[in-house]
Amino acid sequence: MIGLFRRSHPEAPLDARTFDLLCLSAGVVLILHAMHLPIWLVAALAAVLALRWWQRRRRPGKAPVYLKLPLVALLAATVIFHYGNIFGREPGSALAVGLLVLKLLETETPRDAKVAVAFACFTLMAALLADQGMVATFVVTLGLLPAIATLRALQPARLPTTLPREMLPAIGLLAAALPLSLLAFVLVPRLDSPLWGAPPSAQARTGLSDRMSPGDFVDLLTDDHPALRASFDGGLPPPEQRYFRAYVMWQYDGRRWTSLPTGRQPVPVDYQDSIGYRISLEPTNQRILPALDVPLEAPPKAILGTDHELTSAKPVQDPLTYEVRSAVRYRLQPELDEISRRRALQLPAGFNPRTLALAAQWRQTFGDRSESIMKTALSMFHDGGFSYTLAPAPLGRDAVDDFLFSTHEGFCEHYASAFTVLMRAAGVPARVVTGYQGGYWNKLGQYLLVRQSDAHAWSEVWLAGRGWVRVDPTAAVRPERVSLGAAAAASAGQSGWQGLSWLRDLRNRWDVVNRWWSEGVIGFDALRQRGLLTPFGVRNTDTFTLSALLAASSVAFALLGLAWALWRRRDEDPLRAAMRALERKLAGAGVARRSSEGPQHYLQRAARALPGQRAQLDQLMRSYLDLRYAHDSPPPEPLRRFRRAVRDFRPRHVVK
Amino acid sequence: MAETYRRFQHWAERRLPALTRYRKPESLPIELHRRRIYIVPSGLGVAFGVLLLIMLAGSLNYANNAALLLTCLLAAACAASMLVAFRALDGLRLTAIQAGHAIAGEPMPLQLYVDAGLRTRQAIRVEVDGQTHAFAIPEREQLAVKVPLQTSMRGWQPLPRIQLWSSWPLGLFRAWSWLYPDMSVLVWPRPEAAGPPPRSPSDDPTHQRLHQGDDLAALRDYRAGDPQRRIAWKASARHEGLLVKDFEQPRPRQEWRLDWRDLRHLDSETRIARLARWLGEAEAQGVPFSLWLPGEEIGHGSGPAHYVRCMNALARLP
Repeated sequence: MIGLFRRSHPEAPLDARTFDLLCLSAGVVLILHAMHLPIWLVAALAAVLALRWWQRRRRPGKAPVYLKLPLVALLAATVIFHYGNIFGREPGSALAVGLLVLKLLETETPRDAKVAVAFACFTLMAALLADQGMVATFVVTLGLLPAIATLRALQPARLPTTLPREMLPAIGLLAAALPLSLLAFVLVPRLDSPLWGAPPSAQARTGLSDRMSPGDFVDLLTDDHPALRASFDGGLPPPEQRYFRAYVMWQYDGRRWTSLPTGRQPVPVDYQDSIGYRISLEPTNQRILPALDVPLEAPPKAILGTDHELTSAKPVQDPLTYEVRSAVRYRLQPELDEISRRRALQLPAGFNPRTLALAAQWRQTFGDRSESIMKTALSMFHDGGFSYTLAPAPLGRDAVDDFLFSTHEGFCEHYASAFTVLMRAAGVPARVVTGYQGGYWNKLGQYLLVRQSDAHAWSEVWLAGRGWVRVDPTAAVRPERVSLGAAAAASAGQSGWQGLSWLRDLRNRWDVVNRWWSEGVIGFDALRQRGLLTPFGVRNTDTFTLSALLAASSVAFALLGLAWALWRRRDEDPLRAAMRALERKLAGAGVARRSSEGPQHYLQRAARALPGQRAQLDQLMRSYLDLRYAHDSPPPEPLRRFRRAVRDFRPRHVVK
Repeated sequence: MAETYRRFQHWAERRLPALTRYRKPESLPIELHRRRIYIVPSGLGVAFGVLLLIMLAGSLNYANNAALLLTCLLAAACAASMLVAFRALDGLRLTAIQAGHAIAGEPMPLQLYVDAGLRTRQAIRVEVDGQTHAFAIPEREQLAVKVPLQTSMRGWQPLPRIQLWSSWPLGLFRAWSWLYPDMSVLVWPRPEAAGPPPRSPSDDPTHQRLHQGDDLAALRDYRAGDPQRRIAWKASARHEGLLVKDFEQPRPRQEWRLDWRDLRHLDSETRIARLARWLGEAEAQGVPFSLWLPGEEIGHGSGPAHYVRCMNALARLP
C-alpha cells in the first residue's frame, strides 16, 4: 500500500560513479574544513580518503575491521589529545570530518552512502560555525552540489551522463530553492538565548586587549582585517575626532597598563554637540564595544561603564551592530574626586628614576600649570629626536627610561605610555586609552572602515575646569599617524602598496560587499527582523506571528511550485503550429478560415482574395498538402522550409 | 509482521478506497495524472527531516546566520525535490500490455509498454507481484518493460494491480500510483510429469483408414495449380465454378490424434494435464497432431502457432 515500509533484501553494492561522487562530497567537506583544522589532520584524512578511493577502484570491498576500529580510536584520541575535549566547535568539527572520511571505509551499499551524504551535509554546516563570511558561505553552499549529486546517483536506472554534468541538476535544484530559502531565512524566529551553552571559541583572534605593554600592538598594526565599520547620521567627523575609545587604563605596574573593572555609574559629562552613528563590529571574543569618544548611553544588552566605555553583556562571538550617540565637544568629569585623582597619579615604586627626575624638574619649573607641563612633554617628543617605527629596539626593566633617554623610537603605545608616566610623575592626573583611530572613508558605501591596523593608544590628561582631555603624543612625533594611519606613518616617504590606488579601490569596493553581507546576513537578528517586517504592517514579531507568516508564505511558495509541477508542455505538432500562424496572418489581412474549410479550399480562397500573392500562396498550399498527407510525419528539412516561408509571408490587404 | 501489514493493508483498502485506488479495473491506455499520484516522505526523507531540524537548532543556537541560510537552502531544495518526484510520474502513460505464455506455476513474461510523453523519465520503478523493476525512458519515447507475473492456476487470470513509483531525484520522497488494467492473461495448464504415450492411430482399427490413393473422396472448388486431369468436367458443368476430384491424400506416416474422449476414465484436470503433456511431446518431436476437445476441435497441424492454439484451448476448458 503506502510505500513507508520497505522490504529488506540484500542491497547491490554501489556503482563506481556513485562512489566517486561520494568521495568528492567528502573531499569537498575536508577542503572546507582545512582552514581551521590542524594541517597534519587534514593531510592524514586526505590520504585515507585517496587510498580508499584507489582501493575501491581496483576491487570493491569494505576495509577490514582490524583497520577500521583502530583508525576510529586513533581519530578520537588525536582529537582529545589536541583539543583537550571533544565538545565545542573545533574539536566537534574535527571529529565530524574524521568520522565522515572513516565512514567511507565501510561504505559499500546505497544505505551507507545515504548515511554518509546526510552526515556530509551536517559537517558542511559545521564549517560555517568557524567562518561565516560571504565567500566561505558561498563556497560551503557549492559543497552541497556533490552531496545532492550523490543522492541522485543512488537512484536506479538513470540515463548515462558525464561526471561534471551530474552537478547541473543539483545547481538547478538549489537555484529553484533559493527564493523559498531566503524567505525562510528572513522569517525563521530567532532565539533570544541559546538553548545550550555555546562554548567560547578557542580560536585566537587579534584585537585590542584590556592590557597593554610596549610591543603588544605590532601584530595589530600589521593586520589589515576590518575591525569595525561606522556610518554616521551627520557627516563624517573630521580626522581629529575619529578616535574610537575601547579600554581606559589606569593601572601601571612598570611594565604593563591594565584597565580596572568598571562600575555601572558613569561619571558626569557636560556636552554641547553630539553625534549619532552606527557601528558594525567584527567578532572580537571580548566584551568591549569601541565607540567614538564619549558615548552617552548604552545600546541594548550593553553597559556604559564609569569611564564611559561600553561593554557588551557577553563576548562578541559574531558580528554585532549597535547604535550609539556620543558627545563631541564635552567636559568629561569636570570634578575629579580624591580616589580617582590618587589612581590617576599612581606610579609603581622603584621604576624609571630618570623619568621621575625629569618630571620633578618640570614640576618645579611650572608648578601647577599642567598645560605647560603637557606642552613641554609634547615638544620634547617632537623635537627630541624621536622616531616612529613598528620595529623598535627592545626595552629593559625601566622601559620608559630606556625609551625616553636611549632608544627614542617606538609607536603609539610607547609614546602614550611614556607620556602618561611623565604626566603622573609631574603631578598631572593622566591615564592611557586604547582604541582605534582613523579609518578609511568608503565613499561607495558611505561608511568609515576601521581596520585592526588602525589600533591606537593615546593619553587622557585631567585639567582643572576642562576635565579629561585627550592628548595624542604620537601625533607630536608623526602627525600623519593621525591623518593617514599606522602603516602610512611607518613607511612615510616610501611608496608601499598604499601607492597602488586601484588595488586599494578594489579592496574598498570589496569591503562594501562584505559589509553588506555582515550587516544584512550575519547580523540579521530579531531586531532587524522586526525592522524589515514593520513596513509590511507586521507590528508584532513574536515567535507565533513569525511561524504563522512562515507557514503562510511557504504555502504560497508550495502553490507556485505546484503550478510548475502541474504544468505540462503542450505537445504541439510543429506543422499545425506553422499552419495556424499562417491562418493568423491571413485572418489579419481579412481572410479568416472557416471551420468547415479544409486547407486546400482555404488557401485557394485566400489566393483569390490576394491575387498579388497567388504564386506564394499556391506554393504554400502545395508544400503543406505534401507535408501533411504525403508522409506519416513531416520530414524535417521541408518542414523547416515551410515554416520559414510562413514566417517570411507578409499578406497585403484584400482586394475587394 | 508481514501478516499484520497485509491485514492492515486490506483494512485500509476497504476503508480508504480513494487513497489506495482499489477501484474498478480500467482500460488501457492509462495516463498518470495529478489525481492519482500520491507522495509521502521515504525513510531517508524522514531521517533527513530530523537532520534538518538538528541543523536548524544548531544554527539558531549559535545565532549563526550563514549556517541558518545553508539549512534553509537545503530544506527548500528537499521540498523542491518533492515536486520533481511528482513530475517524474505525471503524464507517464501505460499504453499496452503484452502477455507471453506460461504454464501454471511458472512466471509469465509481461511486457508493459510505457510512453514517456514530453519529459525524460528516470528511475521509475514498476512493481508487479512484489517484484520491482527500474527503468528510464528519454522523452517522447516508448519502452517495453519486461516483468514476470506469478501464475498459479490454468485459465484466465486477471492482472494484479501494478504500482508505478519513483523516488527521483533525491530519494527523499516516494511518489506512486496504482494501475489496475482491465486485462486478463491466459495461463496454460501444467502438463503431468509422466504418463503413458498417446495411442497411435495404428492401434485403433476403427480409426484406421488405409491409404486408397485412387478412391474418390470428394469434390471441391478448383484451386490454382490443380492438375487439369483432376478436374471433374461433368460435375463442373452442373456447377457455377470448376470442381476438382479430390482423392484421398496420402496420410503422414505418423500423426497424433489427441482426443478428450479417449481419456474418459480420468477426471477432467488429469485429462487436461495429460493432453498438455502429449501436446508438448508432439511439439518437441515435430509430430503433427490434432486435438479434439468438448466444444472445440482443432485439426491436424504442427508448429508453434498450432501448439499455442491447442494449449490455449486446453487452458480455456471449464
